[in-house]
Amino acid sequence: MHNFIFGIYPYIALSVLLIGSVARYERDPFTWKSSSSQLLRRRQLILGSILFHVGVLTIFVGHFFGLLTPLWLLEALHIPHEAKQILAMAVGGVAGVMALAGGAILIHRRLYDPRIRATSNPMDILILALLLVQITLGLSTIFVSAQHIDGTEMVKFMRWAQGIFTLDPNAASYTAGASPIFQAHIFLGLTIFILFPFSRLVHMLSAPVRYLWRPGYQIVRSRRTVPLAARPDASRPKAHRAAVRPAAKPAE
Amino acid sequence: MRIRAQIGMVLNLDKCIGCHTCSVTCKNVWTSRDGVEYAWFNNVETKPGTGYPTDWENQKRWNGGWVRTKSGKLQPRQGAKWRILANIFANPDLPEIDDYYEPFDYDYDHLKSAPEMEAFPTARPRSKITGERIEKIEKGPNWEEILGGEFSKRSQDYNFEGVQKEIYGEYENTFMMYLPRLCEHCLNPACAASCPSGAIYKREEDGIVLIDQEKCRGWRMCVSGCPYKKVYYNWSTGKSEKCTLCYPRIESGNPTVCSETCVGRIRYLGVMLYDADRIETAANAPTEQELYDAQLGVFLDPNDPEVIAEARAQGIPEDWLRAAKASPIWKMAMEWKVAFPLHPEYRTLPMVWYIPPLSPIQNAAEAGKLGANGMPDVKSLRIPVRYLANMLTAGDEAPVVSALERMMAMRAYMRAKTVDGVIDEGIAARAGLSGRVIEEMYKVMALADYEDRFVIPTTHREQVENAYDIRTGEGFTDCNGCSTGMSKGSLFGKQKRPLNMAEAMK
Repeated sequence: MHNFIFGIYPYIALSVLLIGSVARYERDPFTWKSSSSQLLRRRQLILGSILFHVGVLTIFVGHFFGLLTPLWLLEALHIPHEAKQILAMAVGGVAGVMALAGGAILIHRRLYDPRIRATSNPMDILILALLLVQITLGLSTIFVSAQHIDGTEMVKFMRWAQGIFTLDPNAASYTAGASPIFQAHIFLGLTIFILFPFSRLVHMLSAPVRYLWRPGYQIVRSRRTVPLAARPDASRPKAHRAAVRPAAKPAE
Repeated sequence: MRIRAQIGMVLNLDKCIGCHTCSVTCKNVWTSRDGVEYAWFNNVETKPGTGYPTDWENQKRWNGGWVRTKSGKLQPRQGAKWRILANIFANPDLPEIDDYYEPFDYDYDHLKSAPEMEAFPTARPRSKITGERIEKIEKGPNWEEILGGEFSKRSQDYNFEGVQKEIYGEYENTFMMYLPRLCEHCLNPACAASCPSGAIYKREEDGIVLIDQEKCRGWRMCVSGCPYKKVYYNWSTGKSEKCTLCYPRIESGNPTVCSETCVGRIRYLGVMLYDADRIETAANAPTEQELYDAQLGVFLDPNDPEVIAEARAQGIPEDWLRAAKASPIWKMAMEWKVAFPLHPEYRTLPMVWYIPPLSPIQNAAEAGKLGANGMPDVKSLRIPVRYLANMLTAGDEAPVVSALERMMAMRAYMRAKTVDGVIDEGIAARAGLSGRVIEEMYKVMALADYEDRFVIPTTHREQVENAYDIRTGEGFTDCNGCSTGMSKGSLFGKQKRPLNMAEAMK
């Protein structure tokens, strides 16, 4: 069982996450959206959403680098595991409390606001509930970690996560004997990976940071069969020119 | 010079009777779906009033449109790009649905299913969002219809800026007009600029601004970016939607549904040629009062041989050049100068223009005394010129006065001609016109035949796609429909829908 959850389940989860997301993006781009409900009710959303998103993003970055930074790199940089764990507990703790508070406001709004309840689909509620349980589990692990502040326990999970990505057949064994809270946290995390392509979570993949580099503000689509010759005054600053793009699709 | 063509619209407010036929036909065609019951791509407001959504013109509140920063840079009023992105988790400038109105339907079934009772059964309203009973409807898309509601609320109207508005609350001095509104298909659209996904685009060949429903992610910045509040968030699909200028009709040379069905024949559609390279400078004019003139400077004369030669060289089709010469929009906006952009101070360079309405003279004492040329003074009209100027020229009264004088001259000239049988060139000359021009104005603006109102060249789709490949496809759909997916190729090394495009453009 342990081998299945930590040795095989991760590959199932990552495959579903990857293939499911690509398939949805490719086959049904119309459903790819953030599903904002701010229009229907502003109350509770402003505070709840900001707390939740800032918290969760911080935690995401923390987990990403915390688990996947190669151990040799940490050694090369002379970062002691103990210091790293204390940093993770402190930053993760604050961000976790933010995300939990924000999430609590959001789920209260989703369940008890008649407009939001009526326009929610079951997956909206399920995924938010699972995230809240996951954040709670994550926060509880802080107390477990406090028992062994030296970071050895954390290194086990780093070995495991990096083992999964380096196709290490013994990856599952690294987490043997870990606290059940940690095991539950990992299992639920992988389950959320599986639900990811089928839920609104996909919106995080299209976080529009590219907007910052978009040349100019305007977008013009052209149906020209032959591109227009460049302007003679090509010295004009590029940033102020609208990006003229040929139609990517024949429709519209 | 980058010459582009745009289908523009003019609405002759002097003839609008506020029948809402445009709104209703538009709604039946485009927004009778879940999630957009509250949205009216076209709506008609009674002015003075705060409009739909409430107080939409007040950009201090909604931060729509553009601003010229202190350093002279043009940027969305919402803020620079990083500022817009920072609001992505919760957008402080987004209206709530109650700022429009909570969509409702009536319990019509109760009328026939009610048991025998003392009183007649009534159909009571029910929310279209929650399905729950609404005890009292608080707002609708035209809540201030024909000056409904108290003056203290309606006088919040942004166009009262600089007007001594108290006297217009008195019954004797009251005035009203209708303002039909739709997407302005701006030359410098703030919605497109504030879309972080890049889903909103302007079409090069006809200027129509559209939202790519497959690229929209529902970040809802366009809703607050548009100062006219003409982008609507569909709460059911989670995507934004807006007026499409009925592009399937325009492409085939037909007027939009709102224009086609306008019983007052107030709407005009035609081609305007413009220089895309002048847009930014025009939108960034130092003062707001210069914006109307700056926008006039963006348009190109379709009769100028140089413009024609350059437009031809840049690939504008011959029938579009012919249509531009016959464009009613060019005549009213540029030749006669009787049409104006709505709120040019938003710096979006809107392309739906308005002819200001004439109104009865203000009071009985002045009723008998007409000006020297047999016409009342424009300043004595019931609708204050300043009010119209605040709406159409960022407060600059001179162009509005000139337009109203020309419209009155047209009436006086035609009255002299048809009633008295006199051709009075003096009337025309005093308004800076000639008898020949007035006759043409009369034909286009007063008679308004179908062919004079709508001069729409067809789109040359045949140049870019093979109609055979899109046979049996669906049109507008709310689901995956006929979508072939995002990528152009298929797994089997073939293009799904071949575009007849040059290799270099693929």
